[in-house]
Amino acid sequence: METVESTKIQYTAKDFKSDQYVRWCPGCGDYAVLSSLQKVMADLGIAPHETAVISGIGCSSRLPYYTSSYGFHTIHGRGGAIATGVKVANPRLTVWQITGDGDCLAIGGNHFIHSVRRNVDLNVLLFNNQIYGLTKGQYSPTTKKGFVTKSSPFGTVERPFRPAELTIGARGTFFGRLLDVDLKNAQTTMLAAAKHKGTSVVECLVNCVIFNDGAHGWLAEKEFRSDRTIFLEHNKPMIFGKENNKGLVLDGFNLKVVTIGENGVTEKDILIHDAACEDTTLHMKLSLMEGPEMPVALGIIRDVADETYDEAVEAQILEVQAKSKVKTFDDLIATCEQWEM
Amino acid sequence: MDKVTKTELDNVVVRFSGDSGDGMQLTGTLFSQLSAILGNEISTFPDFPSEIRAPQGTVGGVSGFQVHLGSSKIYTPGDDPDVLVVMNPAALKVNSTGIKKGGVIIFDADTFNKSGYEKAGFKTENPFEELGISETVQLIPAALSTLTQSSLADFGFENKIVLRSKNMFALGLICWLFNRPIDQAIHFLQTKFGKKPTILEANVKVLTDGFNYGNNLHLTVSTYFVERSHETPKGKYTSISGNKATAWGLIAAAQKSGLQLYLGSYPITPATDIMHELTARKDMGVKVVQAEDEIAGITSAIGASFAGCLAATNTSGPGLALKSEAIGLAVMAELPLVVIDVMRSGPSTGMPTKTEQTDLLQALYGRNGESPAVVMAAGTPDDCFHFAFMASKIALEHMTPVILLTDAFIGNGTSLWKLPTLAELPEIKPNIVKAGTEDYKVSDRDEVTKVRYWSFPGMEGFGHRNGGLEKDYNTGSISTDPINHEKMVNVREEKINNISKSLPDLKIEGDETADLLVIGWGGTHGHLMSAVNSLTKQNKKVAIAHFNYINPLPKNTVEVIQRYKKVVVCELNSGQFATFLRSKVPGVEFLQYNKVQGQPFTAHELEEHFISLLK
Repeated sequence: METVESTKIQYTAKDFKSDQYVRWCPGCGDYAVLSSLQKVMADLGIAPHETAVISGIGCSSRLPYYTSSYGFHTIHGRGGAIATGVKVANPRLTVWQITGDGDCLAIGGNHFIHSVRRNVDLNVLLFNNQIYGLTKGQYSPTTKKGFVTKSSPFGTVERPFRPAELTIGARGTFFGRLLDVDLKNAQTTMLAAAKHKGTSVVECLVNCVIFNDGAHGWLAEKEFRSDRTIFLEHNKPMIFGKENNKGLVLDGFNLKVVTIGENGVTEKDILIHDAACEDTTLHMKLSLMEGPEMPVALGIIRDVADETYDEAVEAQILEVQAKSKVKTFDDLIATCEQWEM
Repeated sequence: MDKVTKTELDNVVVRFSGDSGDGMQLTGTLFSQLSAILGNEISTFPDFPSEIRAPQGTVGGVSGFQVHLGSSKIYTPGDDPDVLVVMNPAALKVNSTGIKKGGVIIFDADTFNKSGYEKAGFKTENPFEELGISETVQLIPAALSTLTQSSLADFGFENKIVLRSKNMFALGLICWLFNRPIDQAIHFLQTKFGKKPTILEANVKVLTDGFNYGNNLHLTVSTYFVERSHETPKGKYTSISGNKATAWGLIAAAQKSGLQLYLGSYPITPATDIMHELTARKDMGVKVVQAEDEIAGITSAIGASFAGCLAATNTSGPGLALKSEAIGLAVMAELPLVVIDVMRSGPSTGMPTKTEQTDLLQALYGRNGESPAVVMAAGTPDDCFHFAFMASKIALEHMTPVILLTDAFIGNGTSLWKLPTLAELPEIKPNIVKAGTEDYKVSDRDEVTKVRYWSFPGMEGFGHRNGGLEKDYNTGSISTDPINHEKMVNVREEKINNISKSLPDLKIEGDETADLLVIGWGGTHGHLMSAVNSLTKQNKKVAIAHFNYINPLPKNTVEVIQRYKKVVVCELNSGQFATFLRSKVPGVEFLQYNKVQGQPFTAHELEEHFISLLK
């Protein structure tokens, strides 16, 4: 197998910027995610021409136009299936799928769960602003129940999806979450997603300044962010807070926030995050934590090794080819029951 | 022993009919193959019920297999059978309208009893009289169940297992009737059951007993003999189904073009065998993704095409409807893609196992926007190979989706196929951007052919952004400029129209000087040719033009059609190709002959119609 490692070049984010003018609304969270992505692409050291960025339709799906790699802006909801075709066709490519809460979880829901189930080696950035932006403000599958939008003037009566639950339910091997404005942690999370073999789903909490401003405001506010979020990394204690003195412990089957130094709690009592644990129980609990009682989990929540679909497809071909005498079309013809006429 | 008479025939039609579990497909396949090996032309057609296993002995569960043997060119599996083998009264009932005068019916006498008649819906206990055929056909009763039981008495099998070999007894009997030595059939059984010696031994025993039973029948039944064909061009042949031929055409095109073959597919009757065939060909390096739905089938193929594969998707009518938005994406992104539609009876779920040509207008026009794609159609099972190959060649050389229409009739049917070699197939030169091209843009195209240059991930220096949004003609950037959009619409159209320059001219067969021109397209080729040839033999002047390329049409189409006084378009729909031709060929009154019954034409009904038009 060829690798690009042999000619390792030091890239910068600029190498991954295209000449296109970026057309998102001023203040849109997508700018920050794009810039984090370009930085991560450079850090990965994979050449732009070995990288493909695939998207569906929606505000975030414009992203491929803004990177210098190979890009394909396709049709609504089908990014997951198209990216699957790209990766299976050429497993040596690094494939990013850019999608939003509508594109991925409404019209593209079927392709999403199946690419996750198959564990195709894709890096999926799921931009979740809990609203339809490009069609100007209808509720999405992640909009909070009761929320007033143009298509729900009296509030939605729908129960929203929680992307983590869906990913883990579809047997996802990687789930991470990032906040648009939190660049450093966002990059750490994206980099881990890119390095994971298999479908990496990263829920990007992005703000829509026009139709859902402040959707993630509760945790995004700089002053409270460290108290209201916890950044999870494999093998690190689940500690958070402005004072770095809060932590997570198990209380029966549930997670509980404790303060180190209070009620005899020491750092040793705090859970150590095991992102590589195959069992999904704790990952599910962590990913579904909500305020105000619990911090929202960011970072690398689940990162489990398993065979990827694209590798399995190739491996099976090689296995059959090693045993078969049929190598060419003419060999194939020779296998026919045939007679002279 | 009585001497039985032996009748020599130019061609003969045999139909095997029984419960779907009776093994009629295997019996029919073996009989046709051994006839082909003995030098006959063959054409076969299986006719399955939609139910996998309907209640035994009922009309709904009858499965059939028809073969047409000939000592001269055979175009179709034939109309009505000369010899009908029925395993129960239900099978007789299903075939009751199509039994020839003077034909032979072999039936399993063990199933022709009160309960069998009731299940089949006969009102009396003499079904042959009830159908009014007792005087006009020759009946050969054979107690197939009892005879098979006694044949295998020493094997100690369960009765259920024993009865599964009933079809071999029937095959033996048919071999006797057609003066076929059974050695070749035994050879086939050895290949099929070689790993199960007891089963093999049992089947060979029943087959031989069936043959000998016929030999010892002291009946005044004439047996048949069909001489080997001397018209068939010399060479090595096999018998191939349209679906298998389609799959192999794609494999050949991938080898010829040097590209990876990718199929994105979702199971749908009657197209699934193409996927079965390709996914079994991992030795040829074929990548097949059984997708989560029809849309993922085509969109993953578009992804594979974006990444540099020869990409294809296969489906049938309802699936084509689901794929239409994605075909539009391939039109807009100008990516090569082969879409195979094995047409079946519609609309909606329709009659999934039955044949029709009702997707033509969907293939031509079923997309949003001005969205031209290449549409072509294969005519016979064996030329599915050629047209799948040509569909791939056109897609890769002209950077466009190509929709190849076949149908349930030619997809499931088989015909003789002269084995090709890779070397004799035409070259395929994908329009890949030349190394060293500077300042490449996604919109770069050949100024003459208007074909966009292809580059894909992994190729250094050609990174680009493609997509479903309109592009600027010069820069390839997204554009909403009104004049540019119209220019792009015209360029995409011109690119497709240009393809006609490389297509073979429309050919006239039959009597070129006739007043009447018969027009057909796709899978009706065999029936139309049979009808026209038969009229020619009767000194009746009829010309025929059969279309395989529909969009674009062959460049001489208008000129050829305008030559004739009377033009009739025959198709298995309500007039879709006729409608299309009216929009393309001025000054011609197109008559129509249509059939929308889920069944192919019969050569006979076509002949009658053409005679009426000649008056």
